[in-house]
Amino acid sequence: MPSAPRSPMAAPRSFVWSRRVFLTLLTVFVAVPVYVMLSSSLKPLQDVSGEFRWLPGDLTLSPYVDIWSTVPLGRYFVNSLIVAGAATVCSVVIAVFAAYAVSRYEFRGKRVFTVTVLSTQMFPGILFLLPLFLLYVNIGNATGVALFGSRGGLILTYLTFSLPFSIWMLIGYFASVPRELDEAALVDGCGPLGALLRVVVPAAVPGIVAVTVYAFMTAWSEVLFASVMTNDTTRTLAVGLQAYSTQNEVYWNQIMAASLVVSVPVVAGFLLLQRYLVAGLTAGAVK
Amino acid sequence: MRRIRAAAAGAVTVSLLAAVSACGGGSASGGGSGDSPKKLTYWASNQGPSVEADKKILSAEIAKFEKETGIDVELEVVPWSDLLNRILAATTSGQGPDVLNIGNTWSASLQATGALLPWDDANFEKIGGRDRFVESAIASAGAEGKDPAAVPLYSMAYTLYWNKKMFADAGITKPPATWDEMAEIGKKISGDGKWALGAEGSNLSENIHHVFTFGQQHGTNFFTPDGKPDFTSDAAVDAVKSYVDLMAEHKIIAPGNAEYAQNQSLQDFAKNKTAMVMWQNAQTAFASHGMKDDDWGVAPIPVRSGDPGSGTGVNSMVAGINMAVFKNTDNLDGSLKFVKFMTSDAEQKALNTAYGSIPPVKAAQEDRAFDSPALRIVRDTLANSAAPLPQVPAESQFETAVGTAVKELFAEAAAGKPVSKDLVREKLAKAQQQMPQG
Amino acid sequence: MTATLAPPQGKRAAPGAARTPRRPGRLRRAWLPYLLLVPALALELLVHLVPMVYGLLMSFKELTQFYIRDWTTAPWKGLDNYRVAVDFDTPVGAALLHSFWVTCLFTALSVGLCWLLGTTTAVYLQESFRGRGLLRGLFLIPYALPMYAAVITWTFMFQRDNGLVNHVLVDQLGLFDEPPFWLLGDNSFWALLVVSVWKGWPFAFLIVMAGLQTVPRELYEAAALDGAGRWQQLRRITLPSLSSVNQVLVLVLFLWTFNDFNTPFVLFGKSAPQAADLVSIHIYQASFVTWNFGTGSAMSVLLLLFLLVVTAVYLLITSRGRRSAGA
Repeated sequence: MPSAPRSPMAAPRSFVWSRRVFLTLLTVFVAVPVYVMLSSSLKPLQDVSGEFRWLPGDLTLSPYVDIWSTVPLGRYFVNSLIVAGAATVCSVVIAVFAAYAVSRYEFRGKRVFTVTVLSTQMFPGILFLLPLFLLYVNIGNATGVALFGSRGGLILTYLTFSLPFSIWMLIGYFASVPRELDEAALVDGCGPLGALLRVVVPAAVPGIVAVTVYAFMTAWSEVLFASVMTNDTTRTLAVGLQAYSTQNEVYWNQIMAASLVVSVPVVAGFLLLQRYLVAGLTAGAVK
Repeated sequence: MRRIRAAAAGAVTVSLLAAVSACGGGSASGGGSGDSPKKLTYWASNQGPSVEADKKILSAEIAKFEKETGIDVELEVVPWSDLLNRILAATTSGQGPDVLNIGNTWSASLQATGALLPWDDANFEKIGGRDRFVESAIASAGAEGKDPAAVPLYSMAYTLYWNKKMFADAGITKPPATWDEMAEIGKKISGDGKWALGAEGSNLSENIHHVFTFGQQHGTNFFTPDGKPDFTSDAAVDAVKSYVDLMAEHKIIAPGNAEYAQNQSLQDFAKNKTAMVMWQNAQTAFASHGMKDDDWGVAPIPVRSGDPGSGTGVNSMVAGINMAVFKNTDNLDGSLKFVKFMTSDAEQKALNTAYGSIPPVKAAQEDRAFDSPALRIVRDTLANSAAPLPQVPAESQFETAVGTAVKELFAEAAAGKPVSKDLVREKLAKAQQQMPQG
Repeated sequence: MTATLAPPQGKRAAPGAARTPRRPGRLRRAWLPYLLLVPALALELLVHLVPMVYGLLMSFKELTQFYIRDWTTAPWKGLDNYRVAVDFDTPVGAALLHSFWVTCLFTALSVGLCWLLGTTTAVYLQESFRGRGLLRGLFLIPYALPMYAAVITWTFMFQRDNGLVNHVLVDQLGLFDEPPFWLLGDNSFWALLVVSVWKGWPFAFLIVMAGLQTVPRELYEAAALDGAGRWQQLRRITLPSLSSVNQVLVLVLFLWTFNDFNTPFVLFGKSAPQAADLVSIHIYQASFVTWNFGTGSAMSVLLLLFLLVVTAVYLLITSRGRRSAGA
């Protein structure tokens, strides 16, 4: 909604000024490290870790060429996309169903469920990293489903990382969708799931998008489990980037270049999604 | 309505299934579970300039082995950041490679798990005999008095790299042979943004390696003969203090080095800001920072007496990589064949040349490829004046506890606070209490 | 405590049910909520709860490198691992306690700042103005960068001799005579906090922004007609409408920050300076670096108990507060 209807209450000057000051400072805080990454990625290795200068002296694009041969960046990127993408889709779908059940039904065991799911959010990863690995190995030995070392195992792991929070957030969002809406849909002959898919989900789009972004980033950034549970063919970016720092050499400029290259699609995706963040309810679904 | 419900139930099931199995596109390289004797999994450590470079170097060599034996080797170069955790996970689950590289300081710790194949005489016989290897390298492959847990693959030692331009600028012609000379030369070079020596003060392993060498020179190896930690003896305190004093008292290491852990001292060296570094195998790193081979020289690390040798003349740890076989491998025969191949004279020459290290195999060491001035010093050091780090199961705890103590002492020194003997003893006492008891 | 998240149904559902002529159908569908919950529950059981039980068992065993190869045969140690962890007179216990306090302080500051920055920004960006979309995109960048890349960049900037931070503070602003260390000593705490906030606040921003979308515009318009200023609108409308979002957001930020392992690990490596020795990295060191999974697990279980208590108390307090506010 680029042209929001003119508000009846024009912003007072003091508000506009405080907004300007605050957002300027925040922009500096956010942008400086990004600028450092960008400028470092354009320097030859011997200049990168020299004394810091705002404007780089020699510029080179060679880090952007070298990143592909130092580390199999392309493969790691594809792995990350598959793992994070699949984990996100599964996680959001499962969370939508679960949140709908909790927000619209009274049933026995509801409290136990929500508390159990939430409590998993506080397990320190260190505690169950090795047990989980063992469990996957055992499942693999018993059923032949290879979970350790495979993308499937990682997808499974990550989707459970984001589930608890996603469910809780969606319960909140769904609760704010007026119940009269789905009841009207029920009257119109939809089943409860029809009501969910046709009424509740469209009305809660901003929440679902936020949760999607969250689930994606959780999987995209995770380091500890990926470092133990992947091998060379399934390694994800979050871990793979560390390979730019070898025993005797840290390729700073390539780390920065690779990080920027892989982040561009993600940021672009965010930008595409962000209009859904602000659409949704205010767009008039509830009237 | 029924249809919608069925569709929803279907969606749930599908998403579940997808999560559990269908999404899993990755191949599972379980290694040890391969029932076929024609298959091996090998985890190599990262020795060259990058993981990809290693893969090229090793694949070319491994192809020969595959052709010779018909055994298919699945190679994975594991970055250092993941290697130990991967090995731990493999050890606990029994699901790991058949053959793997380990840092030689981990030997005794991993040996204690019982997961690695012990190299008794019979096994050594299958790869050509124990006496093909340099004895100090074998000594770094497991606890004394036990069959080694691994076989040495690449050897390295610490040497002193010196920056010729900075030496010339200060009017000095030759690198120091004793620590007194080091302090003296250091005073001449240091100043005006230039410093004599570099250190990686926040890198726990580097700290341990250097402190260990100082310890040898003061007559201690931080453990009692029966393997109990002994960090607070006078010799240990003196050893740690003399290393930290290079910054605290002599002021020849820049205070900023206290936070170095990412090889920043090599960059300072290449930028003519630091005149000397104590390093293993720094030549490729220098080259990538734009230094030419004749910009720097190599010398043995100073010792108190000026004359490197055994006992208090030790001036380096035995550094290097060992090759181990997982005991539960399903292809023991193939694994031994592979180790034999990798430690054969020809492969030792090829691999160590590629990585700039020294072969721990005597016959290969004689090769002219390892006779450059720089490598000759490494070779002499390994042969005469290097000692293995204490081969005790608690080695990794030792690295963490004492390495952290040294890091904290460097931080004190960098902040300009005095580093007294009492302070050193206090930090070491704390480190000792963190060691496993009994 | 869950009642607040799912507002009481009975009252409001009743009119709808009355209008629906198919009551028996509703009853037949009693199994539906369970069906909807099964996937989530099954997965959490598999990936979290079962391994968790393993972890609990581990904490009663002696799991040093001598035994890790076969856990089942490792000797039982009873409560010994716990005794080691909570004996605050020994260096191990004292270090754990110290690390616990550091983590508490760090978490409180980090969560507070993340929430404050996120909420303020979301509120400021609620009304459209030129460049709003651009800023929104920019602010999400820290969240979109791979964790390792983001933190390593900060390490780079915090270097004492060549870093940007000292370049600005010492060379350009002249605030210090000697360049301070940021990755060593007491300053490391602040360095860690800055990085954590930089990485974490966009998440709060994202969630609050999405939450604000559900606040009906009419409320603001009505308030403006009543003569309520910006500050009063914020206090009377915005914050109360966000309360259910905030309840979860703050809790989750708390749990993550408290358990955060990646940030200190990339920033400081295997051994963090004492001033920034977070519990997660402390436990990692106790279990992975020194190969003592028994003691490490015991520490984790203690940590978990603490988090459970805090969470329960938090939910009780916030739920009661909201219930009375809503009444």
